[in-house]
Amino acid sequence: MLNKIVKNADEAIADIQDGAVIMLGGFGLCGIPENCIAALVKKGTKNLTCISNNAGVDDFGIGLMLKTKQVKKMISSYVGENAEFERQLLSGELEVELIPQGTLATRCLATGYGMPAIYTPAGVGTEVANGKETRLFNGKTYLLEHAFDSDFAIVKAWKGDTHGNLIFRATSRNFNPLMAMAGKITIAEVEELVPAGELDPDMIHTPGIYVNRIFKGENYEKRIEQVTITKK
Amino acid sequence: MLDKFGIAKRIAQELKDGYYVNLGIGIPTLVANYVPDGIEVILQSENGLLGIGPFPYEEDVDADLINAGKQTVTTTKGSSFFDSAMSFGMIRSGRVDLTVLGAMEVADNGDIANWKIPGKMVKGMGGAMDLVASAKNIIVAMQHVNKAGESKLLPTCTLPITGLHCVKKVVTELGVFDITPEGFSCIEYAPGVSIDYIKEKTLGRLVISEHVKEMMLS
Repeated sequence: MLNKIVKNADEAIADIQDGAVIMLGGFGLCGIPENCIAALVKKGTKNLTCISNNAGVDDFGIGLMLKTKQVKKMISSYVGENAEFERQLLSGELEVELIPQGTLATRCLATGYGMPAIYTPAGVGTEVANGKETRLFNGKTYLLEHAFDSDFAIVKAWKGDTHGNLIFRATSRNFNPLMAMAGKITIAEVEELVPAGELDPDMIHTPGIYVNRIFKGENYEKRIEQVTITKK
Repeated sequence: MLDKFGIAKRIAQELKDGYYVNLGIGIPTLVANYVPDGIEVILQSENGLLGIGPFPYEEDVDADLINAGKQTVTTTKGSSFFDSAMSFGMIRSGRVDLTVLGAMEVADNGDIANWKIPGKMVKGMGGAMDLVASAKNIIVAMQHVNKAGESKLLPTCTLPITGLHCVKKVVTELGVFDITPEGFSCIEYAPGVSIDYIKEKTLGRLVISEHVKEMMLS
């Protein structure tokens, strides 16, 4: 019988060792695995390489792991909005590899689809292309970019079932289903966990085969970076 | 001379009914406020949304619903959500009809630099490199000169490149410029701006279109 349920975030991340390469879903602070980040901070796992589109803000998201100096390297597309990140980067405590957002997403996709690499036009003629193989297709130059190799992927979904099937909500989907496909071990934290059979198979975004561990997260803060409103 | 709202208004004249449009952060975002009456455009947000609506009322703010600038938004009728790989898939495969971006520099061959200033904290390129490498129709919205008064329309970019030969049109507070084999072709000048002033403020190759006219803003 399938048994993917773990009790909580502590149990889900218990075997993430120092020096691990981990993917974390989310775009900005939207759809980030809040529970697992808190558990990693509590556990104090060090020298992590984190693949995530952004690096959180000073006191939330991956920013919490930067504050405790648990991150050795960030692989991201955009890392603004974080003063502690900037300080560690300038002092040489933190390494950063910046890659175009579409390249980041598609390299996750390649991993999950079992493809070793992709060709993309993003970054041709820029410093991103330095040292990379290029190839001409139909008169246009493309860069060879490799699939990611990560030990763990940690994602946040709206609903999940005991088989690991996942459904995401609105723009909190972002990188989550892509990273869910790309971890050697994939951990999903969900707002609502239901028995297998309760989710409509037509509505599943991530089939459970990609998910190794699942648990119901607690106390989601869902912080918003920029609240913008229309006045009545 | 235009303010940033004027630049956005002028770019909105480029919108056509049925267009799928990606608007960058800054002046480009303002273009959404000036969509001409009677046409429908669908805005794409590269984090994974087609059909961006206005900012929500306070009671409707939803942390799961943001745009690429991480601002809370709403959806329009007929909107859809998708993951970030599909989002760049629709950009790369040429489905997005118009992309409007800000820039630090544009060269007269259509090269663009808009992601990094050496010596300053690098925040990252986000989706900019993907957009400029693939979008078929890129309009740059920017100030004509930088804070030091130097031209941002150049013979070649001096800042790190975001993409090569990709910009089709530049709209600044001084005018509208098509990128042509001859360089920047001034097709419109802003109200109150002289051709001589445009020449003075443009360092890249500049030609004045024989059809040049004053910009019309409603």
